[in-house]
Amino acid sequence: MSRECTLDVNGSLTTLQVAPSARLIDVLRDNLGLTGTKEGCGNGECGSCTVLLEGRPVNACLLIALEVEGRAITTIEGLLGPGGKLSPVQQAFVEAGGIQCGFCTPGMIMSATALLEANPAPTDAEIRDALVGNLCRCTGYTQIIESVRAAAVRLGTGDRPEAPR
Amino acid sequence: MSDCRHIGKARPRPDAADKAAGRTLYINDLIRPGMLHGKVKFSEHAHARIVRIDTSRAERLPGVRAVVTAYDTPEIRIGFLNDNFALKRDKVRQFRDEVAAVAAIDPDIAAEAVDLIDVEYEPLPGVFTLDEAMAQGAPLVHEMDARGNPLTTNELSLRYGHESGDLAVAERASAHVVEGRFSTQLMQQSCLGTAGCLAELDMSGNLSIWARTQIPFLAQRDFTQALRALGLPGRNCRVIVPALGGTFGTGLDTHAYEYIAIVLAHRTNRPVKILYNREEEFANLSPRQSAEVEIAQGCDREGRLTFRRVRVRQDNGAYGSWGATFPTVMLLPVTSLYRVPNVSFDARLVYTNNTYCQAMRGYGNPEVTWPIESNLDELAEAASIDPFELRMRNCNEPGETTPMGLQVTTCGLKECMEATAAKLDWGAERRARRGVGMASLIHVGGSGRIYRSDGGGVILKFDDFGQINVSYGGVEMGQGLHSALSLTVAEALGVSPDKVTINPTDTGTCPWDVGTHASRGAFIACNAALAAAEKARAQIFAAAEEVFPRLALQNLERYCVQHPDYRAPTFDLAAAVKADRFELADGQIVLRDAPAEPWLKVDLDRLLRAIHFRGSRGEVITASAFYEPQSDLPDWQKGVGNMSATYAYGAQGAEVEVDEETGEVRIVRMVAAHDVGKVLNPQTLAGQAYGGLTQGVGYALYEEILTEQGRILNPSFTDYKIPTIREMSFPVHLEFIETDDPAGPFGAKGVGEPGLVPTAPAIANAIYDAVGVRIRDLPITPEKVLRALDARRAASAGKQTSTP
Ligand code: FES
Ligand code: FES
Repeated sequence: MSRECTLDVNGSLTTLQVAPSARLIDVLRDNLGLTGTKEGCGNGECGSCTVLLEGRPVNACLLIALEVEGRAITTIEGLLGPGGKLSPVQQAFVEAGGIQCGFCTPGMIMSATALLEANPAPTDAEIRDALVGNLCRCTGYTQIIESVRAAAVRLGTGDRPEAPR
Repeated sequence: MSDCRHIGKARPRPDAADKAAGRTLYINDLIRPGMLHGKVKFSEHAHARIVRIDTSRAERLPGVRAVVTAYDTPEIRIGFLNDNFALKRDKVRQFRDEVAAVAAIDPDIAAEAVDLIDVEYEPLPGVFTLDEAMAQGAPLVHEMDARGNPLTTNELSLRYGHESGDLAVAERASAHVVEGRFSTQLMQQSCLGTAGCLAELDMSGNLSIWARTQIPFLAQRDFTQALRALGLPGRNCRVIVPALGGTFGTGLDTHAYEYIAIVLAHRTNRPVKILYNREEEFANLSPRQSAEVEIAQGCDREGRLTFRRVRVRQDNGAYGSWGATFPTVMLLPVTSLYRVPNVSFDARLVYTNNTYCQAMRGYGNPEVTWPIESNLDELAEAASIDPFELRMRNCNEPGETTPMGLQVTTCGLKECMEATAAKLDWGAERRARRGVGMASLIHVGGSGRIYRSDGGGVILKFDDFGQINVSYGGVEMGQGLHSALSLTVAEALGVSPDKVTINPTDTGTCPWDVGTHASRGAFIACNAALAAAEKARAQIFAAAEEVFPRLALQNLERYCVQHPDYRAPTFDLAAAVKADRFELADGQIVLRDAPAEPWLKVDLDRLLRAIHFRGSRGEVITASAFYEPQSDLPDWQKGVGNMSATYAYGAQGAEVEVDEETGEVRIVRMVAAHDVGKVLNPQTLAGQAYGGLTQGVGYALYEEILTEQGRILNPSFTDYKIPTIREMSFPVHLEFIETDDPAGPFGAKGVGEPGLVPTAPAIANAIYDAVGVRIRDLPITPEKVLRALDARRAASAGKQTSTP
C-alpha cells in the first residue's frame, strides 16, 4: 500500500516508497538516514523536529511525507556549507554556548535560521517569538538567545536595534 | 593555580560542533542489524489483582517475535529496596505497572500487538494520599517485604532523623518562633530526549546494553543480577552510554523497561530497543517526589537562630527507587544552612498506589530549602529584622562544624548573599506590587557519599601522535563534564584541549565510578584526572631522561643547518636532564634548567614515539588513577556524618511584580550567586547556573504532575508546562564566587544541582514582599495567589469591621 514519492531534501531529489500515513520525520530519519531531526514529543509541542519547508519552520512530526512531495525541505544536515563547514548559525550556537545535551539543538538552529533569513537583525523579543515553540530543558535559553544574537552578527548584520543586556 | 592556560577561560564544549550539525547519536538514533522494537503493556488500574493475561492475539500478529509476561519469564527483582519487578505478577500497584511486553519488527506492529493483549483485573481499593496510606487498616500496597516478611503498614522501613541540642529548651528561650506547613509537588524531569535502551546478547550470553543511565557501574551490577535470573550466571554485562538528551536524575536507577529489553533480547536472540514516546515518558517514568513539610524555627532578640524543627512526609508511590533516599540530602540544609545550634529532623516515606518517584536534580534539597527559606522570612518579619540582615547574622563560615558534622572548609555564602542583595538593589524603594526576595542554599560540593565507595577512576592513554584519550566511567548528559575533563587534562599535561579526546562511557573500557549524581561529575573526574596526569608525567619524564638528549641534539643539528650563524650557549645538557626537572608546556617537553633555546624543546608526539620505538625497552604511556574523596558515610538515622569533601553555597534573589487582578506573577529579574570554588569553564558553568535556575522557576511557578486516583492526568508538554523561552524573558544576573577549595580540582566545587535549589523560596519571598501573601504550596499558580489575595482582603475587611 505504499506509494512512490519524490522528496526534495537538502537540495537532492530522492524517490522512495512510503506509506500514505508516513510522517515526514520518520521518512527523514528512517529512510533517508537524516537522524539530526529529533523527535521530542511527536505531537507538535517541543519543536525538536523542526525542519524548513520552503524556508519556513515546520514540525516534521506533524507532516505527512506525501503531502510535501516536491517541496524544498531543509534539515539540520542541509545547513552545512561546502566542505562540511558549520553554517554561521550553527557556529554561533557552538561558540556562544547555546548547546548542552544537544537534543533541542537541531530544531533550535532550524528555527533560528528561518528567523534570521526573514529578519536579519531581530530584537530579543523577536527572537523569543521565533523560538517559543522550541523547548529546551537544559540551557534556560539565555545562551540560546546569545547564540542567535551572535549568529546575526556573524551573518553580517551587526547593528542591532536592542543592546544586549 | 592563577597561571592556568585553559582553566577559567570560556571555551566551546568538545561535543558542541557535532550537536550543532545534528551528527550526535542518541538512543533514538541507534540501530543494530536485526534489531527488534520492544513495547510495554502497562496496567490499566492503580491497584488490582491480575486474574488472567491473554497474549494469544498479540502472538498471532505478523511481525511479532515475542510476547512476555511475568508468568513465562523468570522473576527479576529491581530497585534499591528490591520491592519492584521487571514484569508484574499477581497484582499491579500503580497505573504504570508493566504487565506484559512485546518485541516486533517495527514500532507500529509492537504498538498494535500491545493493544491486542487482554488483561483481566480484579480491582482493589487503593491508597492515594499520605493520610489514606497511613490510616489504620489501610489497604497495603505491599503485603510482604523483599525478604518475604509480612508487612503491616504502608510506611517504608527507611528511617532518617537528626537530633542535636535541646529543642524544648531552645524553643522556650526563643524570642520569636514561627511555624508553618509547606508542600511541594510531583515534578517531571522532562528530558527532551525520552527514555530508552538497546539490549543485545552474544552467543555466550554476554550482554551489551546502551542505556540512558547516570550510573553505568551500578547498572552493570543490577543487570548482571538479571542475567543470573535468566540463567546466565557469571556472564559479562557491558553498559554503554550514548549521547543523552538530558537525564536530571532519571538515570540514577535501573528501570523495568531496561530489564524487559534484556528479557526480550534473550527470548528472541536479537537486539531489542525500547524507546518511550513523550506520553509514556510522562505517564510511566518516575517523577521527582512530592513532600509535605512541617517546620518551626526560632531566634533570639538579636535574630540569631535558636532552633529548627523539620518533619517531612513523602509519598513514595508504589515502589522504592533511590528517590527514597531524598532525606539523606535534606539533612544538609536542615542541619547546616545557616548556623543553628538545635535541630530536630524526621522524615517518613509512605507507599501509595500513585506513580513511584525517583531522583531529580537537587535530590531532596529543594523540598526542604523551600520551607526553611520561606519560614525564615516569616521569622524575620516576626522579629522585625530585614530578611537579608537576619540571614547575614546567621551566615555559615569557613572552619565551622555543623550539627550534622559537616566540616566546612571553604564557604562563600556571605559573599553570595551580599552579591545577591547588591544586584537586586535590596532595600530600594519599589513600585507598588513589586517586591524582592532571596534564599540561600547549601549542597554537597565534593560529591555525596551514599555508597561505600564514592570514588571514580580515570585512564589516560597517549598515542604516537600526541593525542590523549581519556576514559572515565561517569556520564556526560549535557552538563558539560567532558568540557571540564578535557580542560583539566590539557592543563595538567601542557597540551591544547583539542589534543584531548574523551572516550564514550562504557563499563567495558572505563574504570569504575559510582555514578554521575550529587553534582560530583567534574569534581571526581577532574581530581582523578589530575592524579592520573601526575603518574603519566612521572612515566614520561623517567623515559625522557633516556630519549630527550638524543632528540634535543638532533634538533640542534637541524637548527644549526638552518641558522648557520647560531652559536649554542655553553650548557651541560647531560647534567640538566633529570626526571624531576622536566616540564610539559604548549605540547612540548622542556627542561626547567635549560636556556630557552628552541632546540631544547621537543614536541610531545615526537617524544612519545621515541619512548615507544626503542626496541625491547619500548613503552606506550598509559596512566590511571582512582580518586576517593575524603568524606564519611553518614549514619542516616542519627543524621550525622561529613558526607562530602566540601560544600557548595549560593544565594538567589528575585524581583517580581504581581498582578492583583489575575494573580499572575511576573519575574522582573533574578540574581544567582554561587560559591563554585573555582570557575573551570565560564561558559559551561553559566549554562549550569542558567539551566538550573530555569528548572527552579518551573518548580516555583508552573510545573506539576497532576494525578487522580493514581492516574496521571497531564502527560504532555501542553498540559505539563515547562518554562519556554517566553517565560524566561527576564534578565538573570550570575555571580560566581571563587573560594579556591583545597579539595577541589583547581579549587572547584560541584555545580550541577545548586542552580534550582533556592529559586522557589526566593520567588515566594519576593511575592510576599510585593503583595503581602505567602504561598506555601508549590507551584505558585495564579489561582493560589488570587485565593491568598482574596483571603487577605477578606481578613483585613473583617479586621476593619470588627475594630470599633
Ligand atoms: S517532535 Fe515534533 S514538535 Fe516535538
Ligand atoms: S540542550 Fe538539552 S534540551 Fe536544549
